[in-house]
Amino acid sequence: MTGLFSEVFLSALLFGAVTAAIPLLLAGLGEQMSEKAGVLNIGIEGMMLAGAYLGFVGAFYSGSLWLGFLTGAAGGVAVALIMALLCVRIGLNQIIIGIALTLGLEGLTALLHHFQFSRSYPRLPAADATVIPLLSDIPVIGAAFFKHHLIVYLAVALVFGMSYLYRRTQLGLNLQAAGDKPAALDVAGIDVIKTRTIAVLTTGALAGLGGAYLANVGAGLFIPFITNGAGFLGIVLAMLARGRPIWVLFGALLFGVCLSLTTAMQVAGINIPTDVIQMLPFLAVMIMLVLFGRRASLPAALGIPYERGAR
Amino acid sequence: MSIDSAPTASATALDATSGAATRRDILHRLLMTLGPILAALVIAGFILLAVGVDPLAYYGYVLEKGLFSPLGIQQTLTRMAPLLFLAAGLIVAFRAGMWNLGGDGQFLLGAVTAAASAPMLVEILPAWPALICSFLIAMVVAMIWSLVPALLRAYQGVNEIITTLMMTFLGTSLANVLVKLVFRDPATTVPQTRTLPVEDRLPRLFDTTVTSGLLLGLAAIVIVHLVMTRTAFGLKLRIVGANPRAAVHAGLGVPGLTIAVFAISAGLAGLAGAVDIIGVQGNVRADWNPAYGLAVIPAVFLARMNGFAAIGFVFLLSVLSIGGESAARRLGVPNHFTLVLVSIVLIVLALAEYIDHRYNQSRKA
Repeated sequence: MTGLFSEVFLSALLFGAVTAAIPLLLAGLGEQMSEKAGVLNIGIEGMMLAGAYLGFVGAFYSGSLWLGFLTGAAGGVAVALIMALLCVRIGLNQIIIGIALTLGLEGLTALLHHFQFSRSYPRLPAADATVIPLLSDIPVIGAAFFKHHLIVYLAVALVFGMSYLYRRTQLGLNLQAAGDKPAALDVAGIDVIKTRTIAVLTTGALAGLGGAYLANVGAGLFIPFITNGAGFLGIVLAMLARGRPIWVLFGALLFGVCLSLTTAMQVAGINIPTDVIQMLPFLAVMIMLVLFGRRASLPAALGIPYERGAR
Repeated sequence: MSIDSAPTASATALDATSGAATRRDILHRLLMTLGPILAALVIAGFILLAVGVDPLAYYGYVLEKGLFSPLGIQQTLTRMAPLLFLAAGLIVAFRAGMWNLGGDGQFLLGAVTAAASAPMLVEILPAWPALICSFLIAMVVAMIWSLVPALLRAYQGVNEIITTLMMTFLGTSLANVLVKLVFRDPATTVPQTRTLPVEDRLPRLFDTTVTSGLLLGLAAIVIVHLVMTRTAFGLKLRIVGANPRAAVHAGLGVPGLTIAVFAISAGLAGLAGAVDIIGVQGNVRADWNPAYGLAVIPAVFLARMNGFAAIGFVFLLSVLSIGGESAARRLGVPNHFTLVLVSIVLIVLALAEYIDHRYNQSRKA
């Protein structure tokens, strides 16, 4: 047991927490934008899977992680395009389409994986880390937080970008109006459909990127159902963050620690079945929802398709 | 609009008095139901083509193995038993406007408790009381499992889609833990529960391999349908589903009804698990998760939440599921394809309803 709390172990645990948190962060930020604009995006799990699969395919065949991130984000956008078309443009039920997209992408990516990779299970080489000088020399924390792939720092920077977007820009205000009082936005001369479409497509890009990170950097390979509920965790993060991007970051880190603990306990050879450990993040979610669920504030027009002149 | 206003659609159907109008209405409904299924089969067929499988050969094989072979049709009818219970649970929840997406967790916990209790109970009780007890235990466990999402929705207004999904992830893991640690059969090397002897399971129907659980499933879905459409309790639930705020003003105890809906829906999912174990499987192996829960959703929507129609679509889903499993072994197309097909059906159905709705509106205008 002595090894369990050593410096190396702790720093590996935190490193894993950051790695596990990034997909959740990206999904949470994406979902937050959709929800602000009034679209409940249950299909985000499917968008992440599309991103994970296409991201892996892109990185595997091109040999470039960055190209993988790009194809992953494109995959997420492709799924989001279906969602935007069906739910925003013609106003179909967001929950039904969301479930359908998640189910469909689960099936489709598993199917494609079966025909493409199931015999070889190819892996990507470990991702190059961008080491931040000086900061990375701090014991424990340095190795845990400042030796990640460049995209990790970009994802964290995105949190502040999003804060700025919502507080200081016209687009940010439009997005929130599209979710709170779409009719008012319409009267002000701004296209609600277009605003919501932007939000859904951005969600797709972020979720796809999160999926690609999960497959390419987190796991180094694609397996069916690899996201294992990460998209749904993203929805919870967005719900609990009450519209503030910074809380998505904190929440993602918290769940990231839970997920990392899962792996760490398995590596440390603690004699508990993996199933018990796998319950940890979801248990944390339920506890959070029981404690803070009441205060989760959601936009007034969430889930309601906008139709001009409808009563 | 669309799928969630099924009760009003059936009401207008009853109003149509003249014979011609009724016939046109039936034709219209047939088109609205078979159209999406056919369109989905075609679209999914292109996906099969893309991965290098002949779609006609695949569908032919699925039909042959799931419907036209004597063994296949018996397996299909047997598979219907748990699916009917799940569909009944979804009908209650959806008609009351609640998204119980936690069916898989409730199903598995019901299955595991049934598998754990049945072999013990048959040793101390006569056969029938033992099985009934074990059904009840499975039902109660699933009900308890739904209590957290139900309470959160009823008193805190927390979205039940998320909570039930989270509880499904938890329930799946918990079911595995129970199989591996608590109810593990010491006599076997692979982790699984004790096996219920074949002679103690639900009897088979006549000289076939079809389980009598099928009759239980049929009874369950018919009872649910009648309760939802013909009783005051069902009407209350439908009011909650149609307009929760109006329900409060009408003096209905919405939180209590919410908890009741979750309990009934989850209880039926638990019974689905029990009927699969006590009727067919006999035990639960570790990591067993057939994931019927979400696949049943399109069948319920295609049926417009009508119990009798749902029987037909559950049969279709069963054929696909049994035929798909054979095709997975024989043609090398993994079972995941059924998921794709099911999701395309859902999307095309929603689209068809939209087009139909728009067409009716423009005709009225």
